Amino acid sequence: MTTMPVLSLKDIQVRFPVNPDWRGRPRQHVHALNGISLEIAKGETLGIVGESGCGKSTMAQVLIGLLQPTQGEMTLSSGKSNGKGGMQIVFQDPQSSLNPRLPVWKIITEPVFAAANRKVDKAAMRELAQQLAAQVGIRPEYIDRFPHEFSGGQRQRIAIARALAAEPDIIVLDEPTSALDISVQAQILNLLAELQRSRQLTFILISHNVSVVRHMCNRVAVMYLGQIVEIGDAAQVLEHPAHPYTQLLLASVPTLESVQDESAVPENVELPSNRVLPTGCYFKDRCPSASSACLQPQVLKQISTQSQEHEARCHLAHPD
Amino acid sequence: MTQNPVLSINDLSIEFPVYKGAVKALNGVSLHVNEGEIVGVVGESGSGKSVTSMMAMKLLPEGSYRVTQGDISILGTDIIHASEKTMRTLRGGDVAMIFQEPMTALNPTRKIGIQMTDVIRLHRRLDNDAARQLAISLLKDMHIADPESTLQRYPFELSGGMRQRVLIALAFSCNPRLIIADEPTTALDVTVQKQVLMLLKAKARELKTAILFITHDMAVVSQFCDRVYVMYAGSLVEAGSTRQVLHAPRHPYTRGLMAALPELATPGSQLQAIPGNVPDLSRLPAGCAFASRCPSRSDKCNQKPVLTSIHEATTHQVACWHPALQEELAV
Ligand SMILES: Nc1ncnc2c1ncn2[C@@H]1O[C@H](COP(=O)(O)OP(=O)(O)OP(=O)(O)O)[C@@H](O)[C@H]1O
Ligand SMILES: Nc1ncnc2c1ncn2[C@@H]1O[C@H](COP(=O)(O)OP(=O)(O)OP(=O)(O)O)[C@@H](O)[C@H]1O
Ligand code: SF4
Ligand SMILES: [Mg+2]
Ligand SMILES: [Mg+2]
Repeated sequence: MTTMPVLSLKDIQVRFPVNPDWRGRPRQHVHALNGISLEIAKGETLGIVGESGCGKSTMAQVLIGLLQPTQGEMTLSSGKSNGKGGMQIVFQDPQSSLNPRLPVWKIITEPVFAAANRKVDKAAMRELAQQLAAQVGIRPEYIDRFPHEFSGGQRQRIAIARALAAEPDIIVLDEPTSALDISVQAQILNLLAELQRSRQLTFILISHNVSVVRHMCNRVAVMYLGQIVEIGDAAQVLEHPAHPYTQLLLASVPTLESVQDESAVPENVELPSNRVLPTGCYFKDRCPSASSACLQPQVLKQISTQSQEHEARCHLAHPD
Repeated sequence: MTQNPVLSINDLSIEFPVYKGAVKALNGVSLHVNEGEIVGVVGESGSGKSVTSMMAMKLLPEGSYRVTQGDISILGTDIIHASEKTMRTLRGGDVAMIFQEPMTALNPTRKIGIQMTDVIRLHRRLDNDAARQLAISLLKDMHIADPESTLQRYPFELSGGMRQRVLIALAFSCNPRLIIADEPTTALDVTVQKQVLMLLKAKARELKTAILFITHDMAVVSQFCDRVYVMYAGSLVEAGSTRQVLHAPRHPYTRGLMAALPELATPGSQLQAIPGNVPDLSRLPAGCAFASRCPSRSDKCNQKPVLTSIHEATTHQVACWHPALQEELAV
């Protein structure tokens, strides 16, 4: 990356204590994030893909400060002098992320209200809500309605308007269209792309839908068991995956072109437990190419011969 | 072609009475599934897919709905007038169901083995040992590595993909003629989904079991189904072979759906969203339900179009007054 990072993570680890004994002391830990290092450039869209439980939402929570990492550092090098800037999040489920008892204008302006210690001018807030509503395609005259009066796609628009209210530099999108229908997903993805252009936003887009990530992102990070196993230019990673896990994941995505081959049923599709971390390469038990070399821990290494970024955490990954 | 439908639904309309009106969930739905065939029903949320599958098995709560017209026949049994006793014999016997969340279909407090042998013995004259052997061989077919110990476990001790494979094993235990699968892999990761779908398909082909497969995922339809019906607001709008419908869609709605997929778009380009929202099922227009969002609508669309073949020599059907005249989409 040539530009200054707006955000950098250094060796972020998150462990959740679980299974307490009779004195309330944890007998085990869930190792949700196991050393995430990452730099995010201004204005880019970084996609994060990986299977259920690999730590995507935990990472989102660390990013927006909802969760303190057990170890590691996060540096946010933005922040405007007027107290604006920073990060906001849009969640998967617009149903449960909007307070059902508040009118839409209060929901949208909630971040501003909170930041100003509740000392705000009501008329100004309503005005702001109307502007933001219009920008996300909600009719400004609807701001006195309640969330249940809107469709799923409209609620996600409201959640996006709320994220915009604090004028963030970065928006974390945690599965923003997974609960939506295809036709509505297209509306929301278009809206996000347009807002990014007009407001120079930086997006971190978490999704298990590879097609959505391919469509929206410049860069992609592939996560497995709380680690990044591959990261780089989106086209490069998704068209020429270097890590065996990325290859497996992409080969499993159903496509519109081909009919399912009825030959080999994939085995070993289960994620290993994150209670006790594997030694060596985390993927080795599922990896079709595993060898004795995989008993050593693997590091992310640059594999691109061009100036492009493309890193993979596997000794077998070849230069592009 | 002289094919025998295992399931046929004819001009079925169902509504749910609500305060001052009715939710018209199905409006003249006709579909059939032939012996050994895998037939998809694809559509967006609320389009009536689950109501169709629940109704076929008569699983909607008695009294909550009204059948306003039409009929359903499974292997010659008239479902709408069938007694609960007849339905109980059918369910889990000739017809099995697989749902999205396997947890709801399994009893959380009983071991997998007991649940499997109970179901098997309910429908087949086998002693406990034989039922257990059958359960083990079915689990093996589902690539469950250690079937004996799986039988000793509780549902919550298994992963989502394992539970779904247990349910599929159970579904096949009585050699069903038809399986109704409602979004069986929607909650699973793609790697697990691929495994589950391949196992389901292989076993169905082996036993010549027909499947009615409900999904909202076009790519899954493409991989899995022989034929597909597209549903919109309680009506079927297009039907045909998977290839016909996905690669040469004629209905403006199907075309809109395909165009909205990021899979088919150039990365970063503007996606073609379908404007507007689905109509309220308690206030459906008299004509075509898609009209308010349709780029091709005319005055004619104030009358309801019915599913008709696009020309005489094809199984490709469309319910539209102005179907697209076109070559294959570049998929
Ligand atoms: N508060 C918590 N206590 C204990 N374990 C937790 C907690 N939060 C998350 N986990 C565990 O941490 C791991 C990572 O969870 P996370 O929600 O980040 O996954 P994810 O990648 O977002 O998955 P999904 O795709 O299903 O949303 C999982 O094993 C999860 O069970
Ligand atoms: N018991 C009921 N009372 C009233 N309305 C109902 C009832 N059951 C279903 N509906 C309505 O019927 C319509 C069709 O629902 P259905 O569950 O079949 O949708 P679906 O296509 O399966 O959607 P999804 O993809 O979300 O599962 C919906 O509008 C739903 O709200
Ligand atoms: S019948 Fe008319 S409104 Fe309906 S899909 Fe066809 S052209 Fe559009
Ligand atoms: Mg998550
Ligand atoms: Mg459903």
